[in-house]
Amino acid sequence: MKPRHQRMIAIAAGVALIAIAAALVLNAFQGNVVFFFSPSQVAAKEAPLDRTFRVGGMVEQGSLKRRADGLTVDFVVTDTAKTIPVVYSGILPDLFKEGKGVVAQGKLGPDGAFHASEVLAKHDENYMPPEAAHALSKAEADRAAKSVISPGGTR
Amino acid sequence: MIPEIGNFALIVALAIALAQAALSLTGAARRIPAFVAVARPAAQGQFVFVAAAFGCLAWSFYSNDFSVLNVASNSNSSLPAAYRIAATWGSHEGSLLLWVLMLSAWMLAVSVFSGSLPADMLARILGVMGLINVGFLSFMLFTSNPFDRLLPAAADGRDLNPLLQDIGMIFHPPMLYMGYVGFSVAFAFAIAALLDGRLDATWARWSRPWTTAAWVFLTLGIALGSWWAYYELGWGGWWFWDPVENASFMPWLIGTALIHSLAVTEKRGAFKAWTVLLAIIAFSLSLLGTFLVRSGVLTSVHAFATDPKRGIFILAFLAVVIGGSLALYAWRMNKVAPGARFELLSRESMLLANSVLLVVACAAVLLGTLYPLFLDALGLGKISVGPPYFDSVFAPLMAPAVLLAGIGPLLAWRKGDGAQLARRLRWAAIVALIGALFLPLAFGRWAALTSVGLLLAFWIISGAVTAFIIRYRMKTSMSAAFFGMLLAHAGIGVFIVGVTLVKSYETERDLRMEPGDTAMLGGYSFRFEGVREVRGPNYAAARGAITVQRDGETIARLAPEKRTYFVQRNPMTEAAINAGISRDIFVALGDAVGGDAWTVRIHIKPFIRWIWFGCLMMAFGGLLAASDRRYRIAARRPEDASAADATLIRSGAA
Repeated sequence: MKPRHQRMIAIAAGVALIAIAAALVLNAFQGNVVFFFSPSQVAAKEAPLDRTFRVGGMVEQGSLKRRADGLTVDFVVTDTAKTIPVVYSGILPDLFKEGKGVVAQGKLGPDGAFHASEVLAKHDENYMPPEAAHALSKAEADRAAKSVISPGGTR
Repeated sequence: MIPEIGNFALIVALAIALAQAALSLTGAARRIPAFVAVARPAAQGQFVFVAAAFGCLAWSFYSNDFSVLNVASNSNSSLPAAYRIAATWGSHEGSLLLWVLMLSAWMLAVSVFSGSLPADMLARILGVMGLINVGFLSFMLFTSNPFDRLLPAAADGRDLNPLLQDIGMIFHPPMLYMGYVGFSVAFAFAIAALLDGRLDATWARWSRPWTTAAWVFLTLGIALGSWWAYYELGWGGWWFWDPVENASFMPWLIGTALIHSLAVTEKRGAFKAWTVLLAIIAFSLSLLGTFLVRSGVLTSVHAFATDPKRGIFILAFLAVVIGGSLALYAWRMNKVAPGARFELLSRESMLLANSVLLVVACAAVLLGTLYPLFLDALGLGKISVGPPYFDSVFAPLMAPAVLLAGIGPLLAWRKGDGAQLARRLRWAAIVALIGALFLPLAFGRWAALTSVGLLLAFWIISGAVTAFIIRYRMKTSMSAAFFGMLLAHAGIGVFIVGVTLVKSYETERDLRMEPGDTAMLGGYSFRFEGVREVRGPNYAAARGAITVQRDGETIARLAPEKRTYFVQRNPMTEAAINAGISRDIFVALGDAVGGDAWTVRIHIKPFIRWIWFGCLMMAFGGLLAASDRRYRIAARRPEDASAADATLIRSGAA
């Protein structure tokens, strides 16, 4: 084989490799990127019905209930503006607590509750998951904006 | 007093680093022997002062000096002594000091073990490393001083995060940093060669053992981290594709490509440009990892800092180092002569293909890690890219690399013999294929992906064994380096066996159990005997008792705990594991759910130990390769070595 041919083969192989890698990456991105929504966004029907997504905020005080099987728990996630009920079956992470930040991953059920397949709370007591912090501050900002538009709050 | 001494030592170290960088780089460029001669003593002096500073901080932790802010925030008088010392690197500031200590230790090692290096080359290498240390020392002194005082002193400290109070904290960070920072040596060698224009086989020979040593530490560090996360986080997972894990894994991938590419540069004088580029990328990714972990852009168990000033400083430093070295690369690299030719079917082309695959896989990991950060920074929404993305991109990209790694060692340099290769690999292929097809049946469930995984594993192992047998029959003495390479390749096979079997056959159940309840999983019965209160040195715990039986025979009594540490008051799960070669039984306590009932999570993890054992084999193989005799001979007689290299290249080119 001539060197020129060899170089052609090498270049073709390189291009093919990059094409395959790009296809893999795009395909995997399409299927596996998980979007985040705040309870307000879910209430405004911005969240998809058939796709897995994440919801985050604070676990509402006094909302944690355990069902009779001992494993399934119900709790309410709030961004202080809106709330969403969450159902989860399994063992909660160590730092899951009422009044603390939480992020749940799962799907919206036909009953309007969020069926979580995974619940994340983080590793430090003072730490708020960034998504949860984002949801809280956004709800706060929206409220501030509203109070400017309609002083006295005629809702 | 001790903290002030530490602080002063850091300032002195910074001054020495500045002098070292300025004098030795100028000296090497302008050929001023007096300046060149500064490099070695300066590097050693720098180590002494940084080590002194580190000792001072460790002493402050050990002696509970809560007038030091860092100690007050990360330690406590009731913390056991070993963890008080480990807490030295448990904070942002302390881990930076560890980083600098590691860099100084590598500098010291280079200055001691490179008697054969030409003085100007050594000066350049140490100058570049000194420059890096200038960056980190000033970062530490100006934005995150570990010796900042707290006045008035706290009565007691806020304690080390309970998750970090573990034997893993003592070994994982130093090992990982040793690896991370070790790539600075390869980087400095590459930059020195670019500055000098002396980029030849001798350069590669000098650089190789250092790079391999760093790679060994990084391999061990990552494996330790994975093992630690497995038993400590209570989820039974061994790898989460967490951004922080990725931050250490990306330099590993490029480092792997680099040690292979260096082999070609040394033996054949080829791939010089590629090797230098990989050395630059490997260290850049180490810095990027430091930025990701330390700047607070990521939030995880590893992230301490959320001070934007720090993030900007590291980002600027990153831009200077990466931008500067790539600019130098672009400016100097076109002067480098091309290497020896090789055929399409040759060891060179296999190694080239493999390093390209590793780089592409690393790019895919980088994309998945940074994409959410970019979207967030641009205000385009919050997303997360989870393990499924990484699994589905990484595995297909690495599969061909593993196939090639089975072939590579059997091919000759320059021009391989296709027919001979087929003959040699006949048996390897048959064994791998049959084993991969039928082994899953032994587990009772056959799946195509399981077979593919096992095929790759058996292929690379039997390839390594075949290469070993051929060498043995030829009666030529096998170098430690060659044997190390085969061992590391077999280690990848063992690792893949572990990953494949865990992924395919792991089982888990979350249960609610009352004392006396029995549950079945994977042929084992688990009887919950109840929970009692116990006290540790600085925590109280609910300790469960679970008896595991198989066919009426008791295999283990496991005691998982739910701990509450006195200072930080957080519950923490301490899983109990019965480890075995063919399976781990993993039990963790959830919550008390009324009466004496608890939620309990049980896992059976088949062959999970093989994952870390494979990593150990890789690291040990790397160790053998790095300690090969010929590097030491080369160290003693540099003239002979470079002469031998020159002939090797000439005969290769002919």
